[in-house]
Amino acid sequence: MKKKVLAILVIFLIATAVVFAAGAKEKKDANTIEIFSWWTAGGEADGLDAMFKEFNKKNPELEIINATVAGGAGTNAKAVLATRMQGGNPPDTFQVHAGHELIDTWVTTGFMEPITFILRDAGFLDMFPADVIDIISYQGEVYSIPVNIHRSNVMWYSPKLFAQFNLEPPKTMDDFFRVAEVFKRNGIPALALGDNESWADTHLLESVILASLGPDRYRDLWNGKIKWNDPQVRQALTNYARMMEYTNRDHAALANMDAAGYVAEGKAAMNVMGDWAAGYYYSQNFKQGEDWDWIPSPGTGGVFIMLSDSFGLPKNAPNRENVIKWLELCASKEGQDAFNPIKGSIPARIDGDRSKYDRYLNAAMDDFATDAIVASVAHGAAISEPWLTRVNDIMAAFTTDLDVDKATREFQAAADRYAP
Amino acid sequence: MYCSKKDKRLAIIMLIPFLAVLFLFVYGFIFWSIRVSFSAWDSILPDMSWVGLRNYQELMGSLRFKTDIVNTIYFTLFFMVICIVGGFLLSYLLFVHLKGEGFLRTVYLFPLSLSFVVTGVLWRWIFNPEVGLNALLRMIGFKAEFGWFTSTYSIGGFNVALIALIIGASWQYLGYTMAMFLAGLRGIDDQLIESAQIDGAGEWSIVTKIILPIIKPITFSAMIVLGHISLKIFDLAYAMTGKGPRFVTDFPGLYMFETTFRGNHYAEGAAISIIMLLLVALVIVPYLATSMKEDEA
Repeated sequence: MKKKVLAILVIFLIATAVVFAAGAKEKKDANTIEIFSWWTAGGEADGLDAMFKEFNKKNPELEIINATVAGGAGTNAKAVLATRMQGGNPPDTFQVHAGHELIDTWVTTGFMEPITFILRDAGFLDMFPADVIDIISYQGEVYSIPVNIHRSNVMWYSPKLFAQFNLEPPKTMDDFFRVAEVFKRNGIPALALGDNESWADTHLLESVILASLGPDRYRDLWNGKIKWNDPQVRQALTNYARMMEYTNRDHAALANMDAAGYVAEGKAAMNVMGDWAAGYYYSQNFKQGEDWDWIPSPGTGGVFIMLSDSFGLPKNAPNRENVIKWLELCASKEGQDAFNPIKGSIPARIDGDRSKYDRYLNAAMDDFATDAIVASVAHGAAISEPWLTRVNDIMAAFTTDLDVDKATREFQAAADRYAP
Repeated sequence: MYCSKKDKRLAIIMLIPFLAVLFLFVYGFIFWSIRVSFSAWDSILPDMSWVGLRNYQELMGSLRFKTDIVNTIYFTLFFMVICIVGGFLLSYLLFVHLKGEGFLRTVYLFPLSLSFVVTGVLWRWIFNPEVGLNALLRMIGFKAEFGWFTSTYSIGGFNVALIALIIGASWQYLGYTMAMFLAGLRGIDDQLIESAQIDGAGEWSIVTKIILPIIKPITFSAMIVLGHISLKIFDLAYAMTGKGPRFVTDFPGLYMFETTFRGNHYAEGAAISIIMLLLVALVIVPYLATSMKEDEA
């Protein structure tokens, strides 16, 4: 008996020793690059894999360590990353939402190296829209390479329901309320919402605010130059509160994809969600033009609210040279065209190979090339994480109590504290 | 207990590593958290400048935290009462009446082998207002309108959305209290009950005058265990509902996690965790004090 226990103990000890020995070995090797992300499944993971293949083609001597931490929108990955960065053990490079999530969390605090030289040396600076370069820059230096672009201000709608009541998809907020009223009278939720996580409320709000303010004032609101008691902002909050009258009753129990699904299934008329919904529709074999179609969310035509995943270069990255090679690939046409068609997003570059992208993505690329581009709030591009968590909390209450005055006060208090 | 000087020395040597780790990683970090909760640390970079009670004052003014505390109190109350009363009834039935005790005991105890995350996912589907229980009720002709955990209705501060969570948590821990009570009931001397029966005591007075006083210590321990679970509740709510509309199903643990690791409000997160620690201490310390006294006596 004793011998058996002893044998088991020894096996455990050896097993742990082997595991840790392997971990230690990974660290020392200079021919590796550790790429940290939360892309663990589906199109994202496949897209990342396609980029890895491109990378290996060019750099066969380098071994990629794919460090992923599962969890939607990277909530778990971010906690792991924070621990590693603060502990002085950064990964070689990591996935981060381009814009303020990167800049306010990691750049202003001195954790990142500027990487403008990578774009300049490769002649890529002109390959990205100026608005995008603006969003990824801090004090004139670029700090991350955006590998993809998603659009936030998209309204998905059910062509069948609109045809049934002889309605046109709404181009303005007034149109929206007019058609919503028709659907409501016929017992159909006009606006599908899935906000079991409150960022979905913030996601809708940013489109509604953009509709009232337009792109320049939208930027100013999130730069702290416009107060929340501004009449246009107030109008936006009032519109948001009014929109809640037309939502599905079970919205608090649904995830954002469930709500997008309601539209394709004909259970609701419209839904405002990022364009990963298109990827979801394609994967479920819903037909564009029959089950679903899209327009920019009401009142935001000609503007493109973008969010983007990007990679940067942490100071003290163990294998700096390898990271530079990786970032060059991320910024290149081949890298972006390998990743995006599979992930279901458009390249951040303006010269993507159109034949590789599906119908929706081609349309999005058209808009991206011509529209004014502003940064998404709900996805960390326009404001910092501390501010965003406050905004999400305010939205969780506002969506229920619909108290515009209270929300205005709370939004202003958060802006006073966290606006740049 | 007898032990030689050499044994004692050896014992102390063996204990030192454990104590060192304990003091560093438990008490050391509790003090560190207390210090952080008085600081201005509000981004990735530590900022330890002293701000006094500001973080606590801001929490007391925040709708979310106030809702969290009220939710915790109601949740703890209902969870404890249901588990203790229900657990006792189940164990009593097994003890005196029912056949198939072995089988039923396993059935009742089984949910305990799941983690709160699994329980949460399970009940999330059952109480989903469109596809779960409501769909079933509609199928047999009822007009099921209740939103369960998405309901934003509240009675005197009690958010009715918590009912779904209370049911989920109680379902899991009923078996645990039942097992504890059953062990207690088995420990009661049969002769005691028999002699009471001979003296003409009815079942009610046997339960209230003999059984309940004897198993009082068990009730007490069960309350402590359940209390500290519900005061620290995180995983069940995280998996089942999240913070909910207007925070109807939010708890301090969820708030602490989100504000610290999503929002980088480290000082605020530390303040929340210290308040949670104090809440649990309110329950545990009196228990430890009394049990230590009993040991001495």
